[in-house]
Amino acid sequence: MTELLPFLKELISAPGISGYESGIRPLVEKAWEPITDQLSVSKLGSLHGYQQGSGPEPRPSILVAVHMDAIGLMVNAITDGFLRVTTIGGIDGRVLPGQMVTVHGRRDLPGMIIATPPRLLPLNLQNIAVPLEYLLVDVGLLPEEVAGLVRVGDPVSFAQPPFETGGETLVGHTLDNRASIASLTLCLEILRTRQHAWDVWAVATVQEEVTYAGAFTSAFQLHPSLAVSIDVTFGSDSTSPSHLTFPMGKGPTLIWGPIVHPFLYKTIKRMAEQLEIPLSIEPAPHYSATDSDAMVLVAEGIPNLVIGIPLRYMHTPVEMVALKDIIRAGRLAAEFIAQLDENFMDQLTWED
Amino acid sequence: MARMTEETHLPQIGEAQIKLLERLSNACAVSGDEGEVRKIVLEEIRPCTDEVKVDALGNVLATKRGSGEGLLRVMLAAHMDEVGLMLTHDVGDGIYRFDIVGGVSVADLPAKAVWVGKEHTPGVIGLKPLHLGNFDDQKRPIGLDDLRIDVGPVAGKVKVGDRAVFATVFSQQGPSLRGKALDNRLGVATLIELIKNAPSHIDLLAAFTVQEEIGLRGARVAAYALNPDMAIILDSTPAYDLPTWDVDENVRYNTRLGNGPAIYMADSGTLYDPRLVRHLVETGEAHGIPCQIRQPGGGGTDAGAIHKQRMGIPSASVSVPGRYHHSPASIVRLSDWQHTMDLVSAALFHLTTGVLEGER
Repeated sequence: MTELLPFLKELISAPGISGYESGIRPLVEKAWEPITDQLSVSKLGSLHGYQQGSGPEPRPSILVAVHMDAIGLMVNAITDGFLRVTTIGGIDGRVLPGQMVTVHGRRDLPGMIIATPPRLLPLNLQNIAVPLEYLLVDVGLLPEEVAGLVRVGDPVSFAQPPFETGGETLVGHTLDNRASIASLTLCLEILRTRQHAWDVWAVATVQEEVTYAGAFTSAFQLHPSLAVSIDVTFGSDSTSPSHLTFPMGKGPTLIWGPIVHPFLYKTIKRMAEQLEIPLSIEPAPHYSATDSDAMVLVAEGIPNLVIGIPLRYMHTPVEMVALKDIIRAGRLAAEFIAQLDENFMDQLTWED
Repeated sequence: MARMTEETHLPQIGEAQIKLLERLSNACAVSGDEGEVRKIVLEEIRPCTDEVKVDALGNVLATKRGSGEGLLRVMLAAHMDEVGLMLTHDVGDGIYRFDIVGGVSVADLPAKAVWVGKEHTPGVIGLKPLHLGNFDDQKRPIGLDDLRIDVGPVAGKVKVGDRAVFATVFSQQGPSLRGKALDNRLGVATLIELIKNAPSHIDLLAAFTVQEEIGLRGARVAAYALNPDMAIILDSTPAYDLPTWDVDENVRYNTRLGNGPAIYMADSGTLYDPRLVRHLVETGEAHGIPCQIRQPGGGGTDAGAIHKQRMGIPSASVSVPGRYHHSPASIVRLSDWQHTMDLVSAALFHLTTGVLEGER
């Protein structure tokens, strides 16, 4: 098996903000190449890995989506050697001052985000959080050097190096959703050693953080019978409302709500109980905020299931995740796929 | 003014000096807990001083005598401490509430990596994800109550009372140096070099002080104990040489990177001795060493405590300009550090009792 910790550290150290996933894709390709029958890349850049099932043709297929894009920033102005930036994906601007970043200019430049100091701001901005347009990036170079190396439109990634914390947890940026890439990789490894009747499409999607463009288009192209998203969810952390968060290190979550097909939900829940994989139930009354929100709407509609990995401090450069939960999510997905038989779709019903 | 002779030795910043600054920057020494930096200082200066002691507050006081009796007693001071955090309450599950020590801006804290305690246990400053708040929340400045230090569900040796600092590893990029606590490890590193290259016509009294960031406490007792004729304080002062919000002329820059050492005229604690200021400026002019006058007002250095000690101690402050002090990292120019070393070395070399003889 791919060793989880170094693999995950490698994944989160690779750049790949939404729309610019070419930095991360080769790492996923390298990991999936030995455990899939076929790899291809979609028109928008999503990676498709195929494992052929053992059932008779025409075989049903299941698509498992994990997004590989990262939230990040983009240069939108250059002033006196300082860069101004805009956000790509959902970022609370208040976490940005003091963050280390990599500016992907003509070469990668280490930079630091800083807020314009109060003495250089107008009075009406003194007692509120400094707005994004008054944040600057300092790359430590002279203005003329910056002018030659950086252009408006250059992507900017977080540069916080990964590190381990107590209780087998890992901290870093972009664990949303590279943690789930590790889960799906583990799932593919397990399925490689098991009989499975269904075809499996492992998909590392692009642009989840902005438009779900990867999920919409890959689900359409591959046209699976069922789809699953693995994505991170909110870990309990003592700063967030406890009723909206799930304990970290105590197993994955199963989303329950309109995006999820109730029969799939019941099936996987029963299965997890039998296998003694601990779970939390995550009510999502409107949407799941995962690729499944897109995949459920593709073509004539696709039944979906969503597995969550609790993660603390989501969408900051110091996300924290428990390795155990990553492994359990991968195992849960593998077990679910392995038990799908050729008649499963006939049993799929909305009614109890 | 005497001309510098060919034997005059201006200490050069090379790999060894940058390596020392790197060690000092990566060390953790929040005000009141300066042991890690003190250890490095003692190790560096023991072989080249006549007397070294650690006083009741933790200051390192060292003497390097010149040759002869009745020499000018010159105190050089640099504070060892840095701003930081202290864990104040154990919430459980590896999560702690904390308070700030010194002038840390709470706006710099969210979502940063930290080192906690003497073991440098890695942790994060966590906060509620934006998804779980409403959009207007993002306009409200973050407060300490919104933040926790989290070292992961198994806390190990971490405990309430431990200090924490930003987990920033020193680096060099182009013309710049980037690291945490360059305020004032630059001063500490400069003072170490000045001791190693001290001129022989003065008695050099070095004070590596504690608790500057929380009230100049170390400097006060150090100046009493050393009882010098005059003092020069080595520190690092903010450079606010950034674009203003409307990209109009920045007239509140304090200091600018690349313009050389900053000489203080006045800050919120001290009106500096004009004779010493003149000596510094004239030394810079005579030797073509770039230097700048720090915009008067605000801020302060150990001089605030030193110049009022005993019957009064004529004082000057020279700082390396630095951007983003007290944040996860400062950015400074290597050239400014070199010119600071040049200026103070040359000023010491030319120092005579005559400088202080005129009326203030």
